[in-house]
Amino acid sequence: MSDKSETIERLSVFKTYKLYVGGKFPRSESGRVYEVTDSKGKWLANAPLSSRKDARDAVVAARKAFGGWSGATAYNRGQILYRIAEVLQGRRDQFVREVAEAEGLSKAKAAAQVDAAIDRWVWYAGWTDKIAQVVGGGNPVAGPFFNLSSPEPTGVVTVLAPQESSFLGLVSVIAPVIATGNTAIVIASEKSPLPALSLGEVLATSDLPGGVVNVLSGRTAEIAAPLAAHQDVNAIDLAGADEALAKELEIAAADNLKRVLRPQAVDNWSAAPGTERMTAFLETKTVWHPTGSLGASGSSY
Amino acid sequence: MSARGLYSRYARRYGGVVTMPTSAPALADVTASDSTLRRFLHGLPGVDAVGLEARAASLGTRSIKTTAKAYAIDLAISMVDLTTLEGADTPGKVRALGAKAAHPDPTDRTTPTTAAVCVYPDMVAVAKEAVAGSGVKVASVATAFPAGRAALDVKLADVHDAVAAGADEIDMVIDRGAFLAGKYLKVYDEIVAVKEACGASARLKVIFETGELSTYDNIRRASWLGMLAGADFIKTSTGKVAVNATPANTLLMLEAVRDFRAQTGVQVGVKPAGGIRTSKDAIKFLVLVNETAGEDWLDNHWFRFGASSLLNDLLMQRQKLATGRYSGPDYVTVD
Amino acid sequence: MASAFEYAPAPESRSVVDIAPSYGLFIDGEFTEAADGKVFKTVSPSTEEVLSEIAQAGEADVDRAVKAARKAFEKWSALPGSERAKYLFRIARIIQERSRELAVLETLDNGKPIKETRDADLPLVAAHFFYYAGWADKLEHAGFGTAPKPLGVAGQVIPWNFPLLMLAWKIAPALATGNTVVLKPAETTPLSALFFADICRQAGLPKGVVNILPGYGDAGAALVAHPDVNKVAFTGSTAVGKEIARTVAGTRKKLTLELGGKGANIVFDDAPIDQAVEGIVGGIFFNQGQVCCAGSRLLVQESIQDELLDSLKRRLSTLRLGDPLDKNTDIGAINSAEQLARITALAEQGEAEGAERWSPACELPESGYWFAPTLFTNVTQAHTVARDEIFGPVLSVLTFRTPDEAVAKANNTQYGLSAGIWTEKGSRILAVANKLRAGVVWSNTFNKFDPTSPFGGYKESGFGREGGRHGLEAYLDVR
Repeated sequence: MSDKSETIERLSVFKTYKLYVGGKFPRSESGRVYEVTDSKGKWLANAPLSSRKDARDAVVAARKAFGGWSGATAYNRGQILYRIAEVLQGRRDQFVREVAEAEGLSKAKAAAQVDAAIDRWVWYAGWTDKIAQVVGGGNPVAGPFFNLSSPEPTGVVTVLAPQESSFLGLVSVIAPVIATGNTAIVIASEKSPLPALSLGEVLATSDLPGGVVNVLSGRTAEIAAPLAAHQDVNAIDLAGADEALAKELEIAAADNLKRVLRPQAVDNWSAAPGTERMTAFLETKTVWHPTGSLGASGSSY
Repeated sequence: MSARGLYSRYARRYGGVVTMPTSAPALADVTASDSTLRRFLHGLPGVDAVGLEARAASLGTRSIKTTAKAYAIDLAISMVDLTTLEGADTPGKVRALGAKAAHPDPTDRTTPTTAAVCVYPDMVAVAKEAVAGSGVKVASVATAFPAGRAALDVKLADVHDAVAAGADEIDMVIDRGAFLAGKYLKVYDEIVAVKEACGASARLKVIFETGELSTYDNIRRASWLGMLAGADFIKTSTGKVAVNATPANTLLMLEAVRDFRAQTGVQVGVKPAGGIRTSKDAIKFLVLVNETAGEDWLDNHWFRFGASSLLNDLLMQRQKLATGRYSGPDYVTVD
Repeated sequence: MASAFEYAPAPESRSVVDIAPSYGLFIDGEFTEAADGKVFKTVSPSTEEVLSEIAQAGEADVDRAVKAARKAFEKWSALPGSERAKYLFRIARIIQERSRELAVLETLDNGKPIKETRDADLPLVAAHFFYYAGWADKLEHAGFGTAPKPLGVAGQVIPWNFPLLMLAWKIAPALATGNTVVLKPAETTPLSALFFADICRQAGLPKGVVNILPGYGDAGAALVAHPDVNKVAFTGSTAVGKEIARTVAGTRKKLTLELGGKGANIVFDDAPIDQAVEGIVGGIFFNQGQVCCAGSRLLVQESIQDELLDSLKRRLSTLRLGDPLDKNTDIGAINSAEQLARITALAEQGEAEGAERWSPACELPESGYWFAPTLFTNVTQAHTVARDEIFGPVLSVLTFRTPDEAVAKANNTQYGLSAGIWTEKGSRILAVANKLRAGVVWSNTFNKFDPTSPFGGYKESGFGREGGRHGLEAYLDVR
């Protein structure tokens, strides 16, 4: 027996790629999948083909998670984002392989993408408790009032992940949305959804509450249309939309005045990000309160 | 807190209405009208929620070990109002509960009995019989428990029924709607009427349903309102809503009974109910009692737990202390 | 307090920490003896047991450490911020992992209750490193220009009251901004800094970036005076702070000082009384009152004085003083015989000047350095106990009649570090806060710290801020 087993090559186990919604890994409600191939056209796996109902479920999950996530301390959110970096570091080899296959990159180039993606989580982990200090602050109004402006997350954000950069681009658009306390519905790159679906497994094991990030795969335009029109979605990042789709979705988004981040030409996702991807999904709340002031009688507290 | 200290606050907040600082009748003046009662209750010191919860959490970190733990577990068992308040209650269920209350651990007769069993009025007679001779009291919820949405005469009839059937204690609910609408005198009068219906034999526990009162300021006001009206116990909740007893709301009520006794000389008991399921939880509440109201309340005449599943956990912990090994649910009775 | 419910001892296990019989200086990534071979002993203030023997830094060692830091500066400051960030994140995580060990160590060496080291010191230490880790690659967003630069070698001298936390406040921002450091811990509490040196090694921090020099005041003075130090940061007494200010005069060294205080805790008649009592107790008895921002002066509105004092005394009677390793201990040991003598002398002076002294019934352990929680009433602005920083568990109670008077009395001190305001009225909080000359004002709370929040004093409580975005400035060339 032992002699024989040395000569037979072991058959590997394939992974069934599933969606990531509300902290669980469902198959698509549609019961359908589509073929995902590498850059040379070789079959890699079947990915779920998300339906409108999957999109609707994702919104429900994201809305449910919003209260807890936005209400968590910024420090706690930072700890969790850093945990994602730690867990990702441990699964680096898996993502290097998936990114190499998805994007047709050499192992070295794919590794650079994955390393940059890990560092991107670290970068945004550091922002959670600093963005308010950079974009908020006290206002010296002319009168006896305390006046403070603070940023707050806008709510549920639909994110169309970049079509080309299947992992670094993906992380670069998810992390800033959730760092500030929003929850996200992410539509993975249509052609290369596997790294995004695997990222769900990392998020699920990083103390990130279920529903904060929901990952859907399928036809970007089909999934995005109901989300852009959805009245319980507060914002949409069009990074992964082409010009025509972006315009169509922006029009749909106007229905409830979603905050829209238009697609921007990004040549190199490795470049240091600024704060724009965070501020695009922040509201500013200004609080007034009277202070006492010296009055006619000399004092009034 | 000296009566003089408290008096100065009420004198200040309450104008000249409080004239006799050290006796309860002086406080009776505050119930002269809806407006005097409102002014009194709204003149109580405010509660800072963050500070209150931080204090409760900090006391929750006390580490109770060995002899102290053994003492606390037996004390907690003796303070349990073993409760069944279900639509599906039957005489059989209530008899089983009574037997459990009288002999919580059949394998160890040194185990204290619980303080009481707590049932609906129509089960009082059955319960009385079940605990006869054990020293376990029978408490009955009444006043259209748990919602309390019935006419006063219906509520009083409910109380009379229970008392007539032999209830030693009555757990009434206040009219939360009236309280939240600011009709404090209505709530007060109702408690007074129920107290009268209890007669000399039954002690009255007044349930605020703190989860519905919602704010700590309201819980403090309700506590004073209940004590002014003659409550023997003030009790957090029915166990039938989302938020029941918490360390913070119980701490707040313990402060109220402490201050009330300092001012009037009258001691009132406290009963957290609902949501206390583990020995660890129960011991945390006893620490609150010990360090807030003080040891005078460390007795089942003055402090109770409204609970059902808590008892078995206490018994398992008791077995663990006795034998040194962790017990399991197969070694305590299911009732 | 004898009670039916007497808590059995619940000591935290000492075995979680392994203290070596001796420790060296930490210079250029290595533990080393002092040039002159000197050593000193560090004792546990709750038992007077000798914990370890420590190499004592002298001038030659200071020079060696500054040279190591200078050498390390070139590469460290040239690293991309994102790489420096990851070192600091590693350190933060290792501190979290080893937090119970460090808490027990700190309690042994300092005498403060395990409850505090476990629930306050260590979580804050880790959080501080996390916070500044995140700044390392974001300095251009911090509002100090588009290309802020580090200063060079930072000489840092810290006190014994929060040994590891003060280290974190000093080292985290210094490293995040690209500086290298030479840090001198206090002579009575050197151990946690030496354990931190080991954490730096575990984190793979390049040699020479952090150097730890246990020693006495002479080592601190030599460090501050060293010509190749670019930045001096000191936390400690106002008297020493003034000395340091004189030492660095005429140099280009950037200086920040976090010194003494005599914080006023102002309680108005509409305060949430039960929470105010907790805040007063926490304000003065946290860490046995050995806190620069302690609320050591209680200013209570005269109309509620009796009521408040009754509540306060009742609450003080429940404080548990004793073995700092017991999880139920509220009040631990005073850090040193010297500090105990100082507290004792000031309390005696308070009595001699006519203030009324009160302490709850409280049994003090036989060995070690102990002082019972103490209240002084009938105190006026003229009493020494109302003016001098006692740095111990001693609260002076004064009264006021109006908000104006409260503000005037609160500000009537050479210090200006902290203040507290207790009232349910929002506008009163803000108006009083506006007029207080203090760097930190707590409303309806006290002694709250967070790495995102700047901390520091007005007047003789020092200058510069530690913590928050503001804390970066002390370590950046912002010209």
